[in-house]
Amino acid sequence: MTTLQINGKSMNVDAPAETPMLWVLRDHLGLTGTKFGCGMALCGACTVHLDGEPVRSCQTPLSVAAGKKITTIEGVGATRVGKAVQNAWLAIGVPQCGYCQAGQIMSAAALLQKTPKPSDTEIEGAMSGNLCRCGTYTRIRSAIKVAAGMKGDA
Amino acid sequence: MDLHSLITSRSDAGSGTNSGTTRRSFLKTAPLAGLVLGVGLPRFGLAAEEPQKYGGDGMPHGLQESPKIFVAIAPDGTVSIVVNRSEMGQGIRTSLPRIVADELEADYKRVRVVQAPGDEAKYGNQDTDGSRSTRHWFEPMRRCGASARQMLEQAAANQWKVPLEQVEARNHEVVDKKSGRKLGYGALAVAAAKLEVPPRASLKLKNPSAFRYIGKDDPTLTDGPVIVNGKSQYGIDTRLPGMLYAVVARPPVLGGKVKSFDAADAMKVRGVVKVFAIDGTPPPSEFQPVGGVVVVGKDTWAAIQGRNALKIVWDDGPHGSYDSASFRAELEAAVKKPGGKVVRNDGDAYTALAGAAKKLEADYYVPHYAHATMECPAATARIVNGKCEVWAPSQSPQAARERVAKRLNLTEDKVTVNVTLLGGGFGRKSKADFVVEAALASKEMGGAPVKLTWTREDDLHNDYFHTVSAQHLEAGLDSSGKVVAWLHRSAEPTILSIFAPDPKTLAPFELGLGLTGMPYQIPNVRIENPEAVAHTRIGWLRSVNNIQHAFAAQSFIAEIAQAQGKDHRDYLLELLGPDRNIDPRKISEPWNHGESPERYPISTGRLRKVIERVTKEANWGRKLPKGQGLGLAAHYSFVTYMAAVIEVSVAPNGELTIPRVDVAVDCGPMVNPDRVRSQIEGACVMGLSQAVVSEITFKNGRAEQDNFHQFEIVRMNAAPKRIVVHFIPSDSYDMPLGGVGEPGVPVVAPALMNAIHAATGKRIRRLPLRDQLSAPV
Repeated sequence: MTTLQINGKSMNVDAPAETPMLWVLRDHLGLTGTKFGCGMALCGACTVHLDGEPVRSCQTPLSVAAGKKITTIEGVGATRVGKAVQNAWLAIGVPQCGYCQAGQIMSAAALLQKTPKPSDTEIEGAMSGNLCRCGTYTRIRSAIKVAAGMKGDA
Repeated sequence: MDLHSLITSRSDAGSGTNSGTTRRSFLKTAPLAGLVLGVGLPRFGLAAEEPQKYGGDGMPHGLQESPKIFVAIAPDGTVSIVVNRSEMGQGIRTSLPRIVADELEADYKRVRVVQAPGDEAKYGNQDTDGSRSTRHWFEPMRRCGASARQMLEQAAANQWKVPLEQVEARNHEVVDKKSGRKLGYGALAVAAAKLEVPPRASLKLKNPSAFRYIGKDDPTLTDGPVIVNGKSQYGIDTRLPGMLYAVVARPPVLGGKVKSFDAADAMKVRGVVKVFAIDGTPPPSEFQPVGGVVVVGKDTWAAIQGRNALKIVWDDGPHGSYDSASFRAELEAAVKKPGGKVVRNDGDAYTALAGAAKKLEADYYVPHYAHATMECPAATARIVNGKCEVWAPSQSPQAARERVAKRLNLTEDKVTVNVTLLGGGFGRKSKADFVVEAALASKEMGGAPVKLTWTREDDLHNDYFHTVSAQHLEAGLDSSGKVVAWLHRSAEPTILSIFAPDPKTLAPFELGLGLTGMPYQIPNVRIENPEAVAHTRIGWLRSVNNIQHAFAAQSFIAEIAQAQGKDHRDYLLELLGPDRNIDPRKISEPWNHGESPERYPISTGRLRKVIERVTKEANWGRKLPKGQGLGLAAHYSFVTYMAAVIEVSVAPNGELTIPRVDVAVDCGPMVNPDRVRSQIEGACVMGLSQAVVSEITFKNGRAEQDNFHQFEIVRMNAAPKRIVVHFIPSDSYDMPLGGVGEPGVPVVAPALMNAIHAATGKRIRRLPLRDQLSAPV
């Protein structure tokens, strides 16, 4: 049995130590907001925060996550930056199908936590690991600026 | 449901505009029955006395509009509106309820959206593809809302014992215009539900100037809040008590089979519960599974690990030698030779070409693409007391219901298909194969709930791929530079191949996607379709055959202009000729997207306007430094007119950046302008992926790309910095609506390649671009 700290709560999981956090969250704990997209850290849909750092949960074994502070899309709105990002996403109408947006929001929140006023290059650097098949990139860029209190260009 | 429903009577269920008997008898006799669902062909082959039906009326199960089907009002006034189409990012769960709510005079803050399960006899056609949802359902949903409003007004008038004319619905309540007294919708619901639905002729639709929601530019989305807080439910998110998790090892080659398998190691994986084979439907397998070996586990990870440990020997069958490189050579050879099925023939193009003052020709190639929806196919099924219930991200839940019923040998009433949100669709999720797999897995597990998930590798290896094509074009010019002959030859495996054994030429619905309907004013036109065999499953991918047809035709016109030193925009407009409405039947395009040729002629004037608008907005003709350029393309598809100008910058090392894209669209009247805009922005990015990086290749019958490192799609750093969408305003809401989901795609690749030519002088005729700019010429 492994104990995890997720979104400020303590949770117990009975799974092999090498099980990726993606499947621990989704299948064992019912936190399905974190999405499966590739299983190879190529698409960013499964992004969560581990001690504030954005990581791909599909490549993060349970054993690595144990003892660290885990934040998922279900919990990121409890932070000021996370809430600002979610609100900007709604104000700009970013999502289309919405499936990748949990990962996009987690990457954007991590970016703004460290870099409150990111440049376009910094935004691209932080966000280019997150694929969106619907093609919402221009709106994501704008929404990040809105969340940062900068002027969006949508 | 705790709602006090307006729908208490079931008497009108199933009384659609189409007689079910007629369609079923058609399905029995039609050789390609599955197509009817897939593409909504006009109902060719009906008895002669039945008039041809168009639009939504011509679709299987047609349209429904009774508020007794779509609207329910609770005593607290909450209005529930049923959405019968699937949400996959186009915003339909926002747009359709807004139409109903507007005519209903409902306060949208008190509206709840309910997703319909697959049941076309009740809800009308639910096949969410072909850019048809708003186009076909705008008018019925207006009437639905207006009917409900009038029933509420009638109920109030009855209660107050005043004439109907004395009352009026205003913002969720009915007002007595004389006394000013009011009754809320909740208080009137029970009485209103007992009334008959007013006849269509008595409906008073709102004057569009009074619209509260229709046409308003508002980015609010029905599912926005749950999407951003992680509570949204996609197909892959279904959870049921006691649920098991499954993955499938499928034959990697079309028509392949499991020869033998050894599950001993798989069973040793912790969490693996069972391993078993399922039979596939041999080609043409249409929407049924291809078979394989199912691994069931206690979580998805266990199932995947178990599958990795399987030892399977495949029998590849006749397509085991499919090699896309040699197939490309085959297709290119086929289009070089005169001949093939003649699919349009105006005048005498061969003679005109022979006598032309100048002749130009070019060849274009477009590869296979995968849909690569961010949510891979996934479905959950359980079987209880002989009834199968599934939860699926399905674009066509009725099709899924029929396929599950057929494969499980159940009657349709024993199968329920609940529609979840779709994490992308693009045509992939109109196929039910993954839904049937989940049902088969549950059956094997004694009816226990099983969630069956495709991994990305599964998705890329066993997609219904976009077809591959080679095209050869020739133009004959007279001494003034006018095009007098146009020859277009295209070889491409047909989507019919998933429905019928070995068809080799395109169906009308494929020819009608940008090939035969060529609207330019050219006296001699010949379009030929040489044979091509399908060696993998071919399916619809957003805008479908338009991708290659627009790429070739719109590149070639630019090439003709450039060969004569003429401005591309001016030449394109000249070639288009004077404004006129073309009857599509007269240019060998009888399909016309299933729409009436009278109501939906091809308007060269509307095409001209989008070209003029987009070039004006993009400041066409401005001088740009070397390495930068503007490219233009225009295309008519899904009865919508679209033109794009793309600005590119190409670095000396070949690196491409796209500072700006302008797109002009005339899709007729709009319900939800922000979703029209977002669809076009997204189509632009998807079109860029196809033009620049994406490709599926085959070797030994197998798709060679495993995941996103090999099947690349555009990331934010390669996406346009800005995409600006310009609307051509519509005169009136009486104008027919055009499609929106797909027509943004086809203009992208030709506009980009025309821009790259302007910037570098290099003409790209093979997609994707990849390293063609950095490779030595």
